[in-house]
Amino acid sequence: MKTIRASIIGFGAVGRGVAQVLLDKNDYLQSIGIDMRIVAIADSKTALVDHQGVDLESALSRKKETGTVGSEIMSGTEIIRTLDHELVIETTPTDIDTGGVGLINMMAAFERCMDVVTSNKGPLALKYGEVIAAAKKSGSHCRFEATVGGAMPVINLACDVLAGNRMISMEGIFNGTCNYILSRMMEEQAPYEQMLAEAQELGIAEKDPTYDVEGIDTASKLVIVANSIFGMNASYRDVTVTGITRITPEALSLANADGFAIKLIGEVNDSRINVAPKLVPLSHPLAVGGTLNVFSVQTDLAGPITITGKGAGSIETASAILSDIINIYKN
Amino acid sequence: MRVSMDLELKDIPGQLVLALKPVSEFKGNLISVVHHHEKKTPRGKIPVHLVFEIKPDHLDNIISLLEESGISVVSVDEKRYLEHGAVILIGHIVHTDIKDTIDKVDNTGYAEIVDLNLSMPRVNRPSSASLKIDAVSKQHMSAAIELLKSIAKEKDLLVIEPIGIN
Ligand SMILES: NC(=O)c1ccc[n+]([C@@H]2O[C@H](COP(=O)([O-])OP(=O)(O)OC[C@H]3O[C@@H](n4cnc5c(N)ncnc54)[C@H](OP(=O)(O)O)[C@@H]3O)[C@@H](O)[C@H]2O)c1
Repeated sequence: MKTIRASIIGFGAVGRGVAQVLLDKNDYLQSIGIDMRIVAIADSKTALVDHQGVDLESALSRKKETGTVGSEIMSGTEIIRTLDHELVIETTPTDIDTGGVGLINMMAAFERCMDVVTSNKGPLALKYGEVIAAAKKSGSHCRFEATVGGAMPVINLACDVLAGNRMISMEGIFNGTCNYILSRMMEEQAPYEQMLAEAQELGIAEKDPTYDVEGIDTASKLVIVANSIFGMNASYRDVTVTGITRITPEALSLANADGFAIKLIGEVNDSRINVAPKLVPLSHPLAVGGTLNVFSVQTDLAGPITITGKGAGSIETASAILSDIINIYKN
Repeated sequence: MRVSMDLELKDIPGQLVLALKPVSEFKGNLISVVHHHEKKTPRGKIPVHLVFEIKPDHLDNIISLLEESGISVVSVDEKRYLEHGAVILIGHIVHTDIKDTIDKVDNTGYAEIVDLNLSMPRVNRPSSASLKIDAVSKQHMSAAIELLKSIAKEKDLLVIEPIGIN
């Protein structure tokens, strides 16, 4: 049995999902020789620290009841810099302009030769090369499946399962919020603003939906894909981006009459990284509705492979984080 | 009328000029010439693919002239456009001179807007349109869509193109 001491930095939807999944899958993890011990959890204001392993159940209920995870005033970054542990689970908010605290946390972890599993797109979409180089230099693992497709395996599919194949191109829907809004606009023949409001009501869109609807979120994911799967050295600024805010219900009807749906499509190939609304034939595998995500990758040996799944959600994203953790420590 | 023609030329100098002469003699408008030098036929001839515009009553004359000069005419296809595509436009489509937008595509000679469906919800609100485009080939279709995108950029219109165009 290998004991892995880990911290969870950021205790929002994803961080809490990780805690829940670790509780639910504890027996399984033990059965494959992994003993996960969470020694610290941080949110934006407080921290909970226990070298013997924090009680995840009471951490979850405390966060729910009081809004804070602990009583200690210690930042996530301090935890990484001062507490002995092997793995940092980084789930703080994405900041696409500076990389935010996530970037600081990841670099701090690598300085101390710790492994990182993250769902935070900012650091990787902005400074992929630097982050990976820092991990390499210190011999740390850095895994980030959760940054791209939530529950959908994207990075690990391409890099592990399809190992040996050359990836020629990839295109797909990488943002459930946009997919929901466009699908609903079509169904209801309703304007963008109305369906955005509905999505916000249902918690599918954020109060400030800019990241999603302007295509920024999709672009960040594509950059991570371009760098990790296609071996590019791209940054967020290399992506041409058009969002969905100008789409009209009339355009959706006209497209529908011609046999097309309109979807926000991200594509990566040798020559470009592009996000734009596109016409997708209604019978095409990429024409999935609701909040689903989907992508097709063209490979030289296996041909085209298409995967559909939930691109977001607390437990769904935690599933990707768990698979990264298992991938690092199972052997 | 647009004609697409497959010819086979002898592998000696001057044949391509000889093949193009009848087209210009009858005032044909040459749109594309693809010379497959690398794909010699078993008989050692070189396939050439021509696309040109011509008055319908001149076509037979061109074919006879070609055959007289010893050029084999393998196939003649009068179907104008082989590729059919669709795009959606959103914005102030009419007020930014829709005729000019269409003319620019039609004037390429390799693509044409063959259908337009316009939906104008209210004054001052952006309108939406679906355009059907016919083009001579796949490459010409993507060139036509690129052209539309550059026109759209000037006119602040959004072009929604089908997936898998580039
Ligand atoms: N939600 C999804 O389905 C999903 C899917 C894929 C990827 N992601 C990515 O995963 C990350 C987390 O998403 P989320 O939905 O869990 O966000 P969230 O619900 O907003 O949670 C963010 C958490 O980070 C904490 N935090 C903020 N600043 C911090 C700091 N300086 N130090 C330590 N903790 C800090 C917040 O603290 P408070 O609780 O005190 O506010 C909160 O607990 C984001 O980068 C997101 O892009 C999310």
